[in-house]
Amino acid sequence: MPSPLLTLRGLGKSYGSVRANHAIDLEVAEGSIHAILGENGAGKSTLMKLIYGVETPDAGEILWRGAPLRVTSPAEARRAGIGMVFQHFSLFDTLTVVENISLVVPGTKADLGQRIRTLGQTFGLDVDPQAYVHALSVGERQRVEIIRCLMTDPRLLILDEPTSVLPPQSVERLFQTLQRLKEGGVSILFISHKLDEVRAICDRATILRAGTVVDNVDPRGHDAHALARMMIGHAMPEMAHARSLAPGEVLLQVDRLNHRPDDPFAMALADMSFEVRTGEVLGLAGVSGNGQAELTRLISGEWTLPRADAERVRMMGRPVGDRGAADRRELGFAFVPEERLGRGAVPDMSLADNSLLTAHRLGLVRNGLIDRTREAAFTRRCIEEFDVRAPGPEAEAGALSGGNLQKFIVGRELMLAPRLLFVAQPTWGVDIGAATAIRRRLVELRNQGCAIFVISEEIEELFEICDRVMVIREGRLSPSLRIAETDVQEVGRYMVGTREGTGGGDERAHS
Amino acid sequence: MSGLAFIIAGMLAAATPFLLAALGELVAERSGVLNLGIEGMMAFGAVVAFIIVHQGGGHAAGFLAAGVAGMALALVFAWLALSLRANQVAAGLAIAILGEGLSALFGKTYESTTVTGLPKIAVPGLADLPVAGGLFQQDPIVWLTLLATLGLWYALRFTKLGLVIRAVGENPGAARAIGYPVLAIRYGAVAFGGLMAGFAGAYASTVYTPLWAEGMIAGRGWIALALVVFATWMTGRVFFGAVLFGAVSLGGLAAQASGVSLNSQFLASLPYIVTIIVLGIISSNKRLLKINGVASLGEPFGP
Repeated sequence: MPSPLLTLRGLGKSYGSVRANHAIDLEVAEGSIHAILGENGAGKSTLMKLIYGVETPDAGEILWRGAPLRVTSPAEARRAGIGMVFQHFSLFDTLTVVENISLVVPGTKADLGQRIRTLGQTFGLDVDPQAYVHALSVGERQRVEIIRCLMTDPRLLILDEPTSVLPPQSVERLFQTLQRLKEGGVSILFISHKLDEVRAICDRATILRAGTVVDNVDPRGHDAHALARMMIGHAMPEMAHARSLAPGEVLLQVDRLNHRPDDPFAMALADMSFEVRTGEVLGLAGVSGNGQAELTRLISGEWTLPRADAERVRMMGRPVGDRGAADRRELGFAFVPEERLGRGAVPDMSLADNSLLTAHRLGLVRNGLIDRTREAAFTRRCIEEFDVRAPGPEAEAGALSGGNLQKFIVGRELMLAPRLLFVAQPTWGVDIGAATAIRRRLVELRNQGCAIFVISEEIEELFEICDRVMVIREGRLSPSLRIAETDVQEVGRYMVGTREGTGGGDERAHS
Repeated sequence: MSGLAFIIAGMLAAATPFLLAALGELVAERSGVLNLGIEGMMAFGAVVAFIIVHQGGGHAAGFLAAGVAGMALALVFAWLALSLRANQVAAGLAIAILGEGLSALFGKTYESTTVTGLPKIAVPGLADLPVAGGLFQQDPIVWLTLLATLGLWYALRFTKLGLVIRAVGENPGAARAIGYPVLAIRYGAVAFGGLMAGFAGAYASTVYTPLWAEGMIAGRGWIALALVVFATWMTGRVFFGAVLFGAVSLGGLAAQASGVSLNSQFLASLPYIVTIIVLGIISSNKRLLKINGVASLGEPFGP
């Protein structure tokens, strides 16, 4: 029996007192698609960085085709035949596709351009070599990353959560590409926490939990529930489906909103109209970069419109388009932004002081002075009620894990008892347990009569908590679809646009 | 000589100290490092070159030594800002003050002494043109600086090295992920900036006004810094801005000579005002700023 392409023996890596990886054993066979499955924070990314030479292991060894391999830099890994596509792409926006590739692959631009086209045809990765990267959609950027890897002729291609940025149709297309690569003799290490896709294309799955290998299985032989149990260590929490309520009063109304930003890389919004009523959750789906960031800032009040356009955004029946965030919050509006650190919370400040940022209205400030006792009490209540794993109100926000900080921020906003809540990416980078808790809270709040507007890139999440869903694409909105009357495929078609939707999903962020 | 001919003949030489310093700073900033120490590196280069030329070492040795002196200060800055990850603004200001101090210290005994400048080289034929003829009669450093401008424009735009420098400036994390030594590249870019600032100082003290006076760099390093930003990090615009500044400062002199009665303080400030207004208007194009701007400028980068 030939030795496996890649073997890890007892690999370990610690950061300070945190053991990110411990005694990892792994074998990747030639010509296989091997999944590394695990929750956020299970140590998947660290492991890939060790293999790709971004980080050096503290313990254990890496064998490449049976011989010991020491990689101390990505360049060495590439020379050995290991390529990696990062979750956050390592591309340069202000350079063209071919310039980006020429940073890694030697050759003249004309020559490289030709090879990019040939590879594109062979593996279904078409992209224009002369295009600037900032003008490409996320799916196209990922293709550029994959092409760049393939041009160094790797034997092993590592993909870090490749589907998390793609609409469903592009996922399909990526899987076809991976199959063709496998047939071409390239092994693939596929990192994911999505069970269905691992079952769909992987031959082998290694499951990580808390930095160690808990199992090594053929994913096709197990159902999603069994895999989930291995991944999180207990059965997956079930989500109680919400009964639908009679729609009530309109609390958020966006009426023919147009916006043209100064920033050339930002998306212009065109003719947006929608409303959110009490007792309902409206979701906004879409591939990132299609105007979500711009719409978010216009609704949160971080960006304001000229006074003449104040009527374009109404909250609780009042025109607020020209009002700042504080004025909108006075009306009973609360907001959880996508970025936890920097926008949702100040990393260097304690949780107590972070509570104060939005909860100062609840009597935490008297005569211009902070009431420390009440501040601490409020924070302690938030920590308890929302199961935030933190030492106490004095803990620094930046020291909490992503999931815990998100629970804290969501909790803080919910404790304001808002009439209208706006949440962007409620469970982004949050582990399954915390994500389920947050979703359940949102549904509870809706049942109490709050109007909720949610932006998410995870369609499954929207289907779980929303009553209606809209899709944003190139700064325009689709009609709103009742969850009960639509399905993932239909939403996916709106995400890539009906025209390209039939052609296999060539979504562009800018046209 | 008419006022216009005077301006045309002198503007390139007047622009050269700015241009040399700004080209160096352009490379450093393109790699993501904001080096505010240019003024000090120019001042230090100026005194080193002046001493060597004054002692009879010749201009070639003077320029070389000034370049090395500028580079040495730049490396001190790089060590602080890159290796120790100090705040780049604070480190740059400290180096600027240090350079000016060193310059005053070493130049003390040479105060008000002079050296001989460099002879001009004329382009045969063109130098005899009416009015514009003076443009084709310049000292060798001006010609070399023009070549350097062209070379740098080409290098940043069309060569692999230029691509790597731009990539490091835009996204150092990604550059490291694909295997480029970000800190080494930034060290190189900052050192190049110091070298050019040293040359700029040498030109100011031994060719343009070959006379030593304390504080003779007189803020030219700061103007060079402003030129880079206002030129939205484009080589051609840096050149244009430097020449505009040179032309307007000569225009003030020409106006005075021809008897226009203008406040001399106003005339002295005119080049600053005109350059800021013109480049300010040019750089108000947000799209260009975003595309040519250096995303990681001034941010420390560490493993």
